Amino acid sequence: MAWQFDSVTPIYLQIIMAIRSGVLKGTYPPGSKLPTVRELALQAGVNPNTVQRALTEMERDGLLHAERTTGRYVTTDQAVLENTRHKVSAAAIAAMCDKLRGLGLDDGQIIGQVEQWMKENQENEEKEIDIE
Amino acid sequence: MSIFECHALTKNYGSVTALDNMDLELEGGRIVGLLGPNGSGKTTLIKIASRLLQPTSGELLIDGMKPGVATKAEVAYLPDRQFLPEWMTTKQLLQMYKDFFTDFDMDKAAEMMASLQIPDRQNIKKLSKGTRDKVQLILTMSRRAKVYLLDEPIAGVDPAARDYILKTILGNYAEGSLVLISTHLITDVEPVLDEAVFLRQGHVILHESVDALRQRTGKSVNDYFKEAFAC
Repeated sequence: MAWQFDSVTPIYLQIIMAIRSGVLKGTYPPGSKLPTVRELALQAGVNPNTVQRALTEMERDGLLHAERTTGRYVTTDQAVLENTRHKVSAAAIAAMCDKLRGLGLDDGQIIGQVEQWMKENQENEEKEIDIE
Repeated sequence: MSIFECHALTKNYGSVTALDNMDLELEGGRIVGLLGPNGSGKTTLIKIASRLLQPTSGELLIDGMKPGVATKAEVAYLPDRQFLPEWMTTKQLLQMYKDFFTDFDMDKAAEMMASLQIPDRQNIKKLSKGTRDKVQLILTMSRRAKVYLLDEPIAGVDPAARDYILKTILGNYAEGSLVLISTHLITDVEPVLDEAVFLRQGHVILHESVDALRQRTGKSVNDYFKEAFAC
């Protein structure tokens, strides 16, 4: 199935975010070979040139490296992977905080609500375990 | 050199001007959306490029040549209407394409037909409209052409068929070739496009890469189109 894209951000940036997330989630584990440009373009339902642009950018960041003839591989460099995790989580947090600030929460309230949500979520998990 | 160029291209139908002094240059290796409201000149442009129409003045060049026998060998054209002879079988149809076009990849076409589960000796007459659309597309995309001219390939088909058609285009166009897709269903094709060309009353009013347009305006091509052509 085609990937979902939002309608405002350039598509190559959305592809970069999707592949970074894929690396962190284990869809494309460190050291593994990435599908070819054409395969990714078909999976995502996007233009191959746009995929190419996204991959080139990620090569520059060191997350991917190209082996001539055999293809593109995900790095095993822990520092780069950690940096990528930081970038992806920072983007998620930025999106959430933008939204919450837009709803009129100040930063203290946001932190308070996040802590409370985590506490509740944790409790829920424990409850589920209790039931078992 | 651009693979597709128009210089002061004009086409009049009697007193109606369909293309008005149009200049446009498109490179190979790109998928370009030819976007505009009804009557903006999309189909006229594609028909001139396929030599179904003659320009009133100005010129259109494909790979440096005026449309003619030589360009037809390089251009794969998908009309915006059904053109398959009803009395033929799918097998005869493939054979006819192979006879006409030296760049026709028979194996590829047969494989795609099989994936649609269309029997070899099925009469075209018995195929549904949606299936005929897919067969027409398969015939077009099975050519190793330099230029693909696809006139409204996804109009009038259901969303699942749209996905099929877009994937077939993406998965099969020859590398380095130009794919020109005319449509007004922009949201569906937007992720597939490199560049968007907006036509209004026979003029090119915008020619920009899709991602550059998104970056510049913070809008999708579809939303930008709605704004540009608001009535």
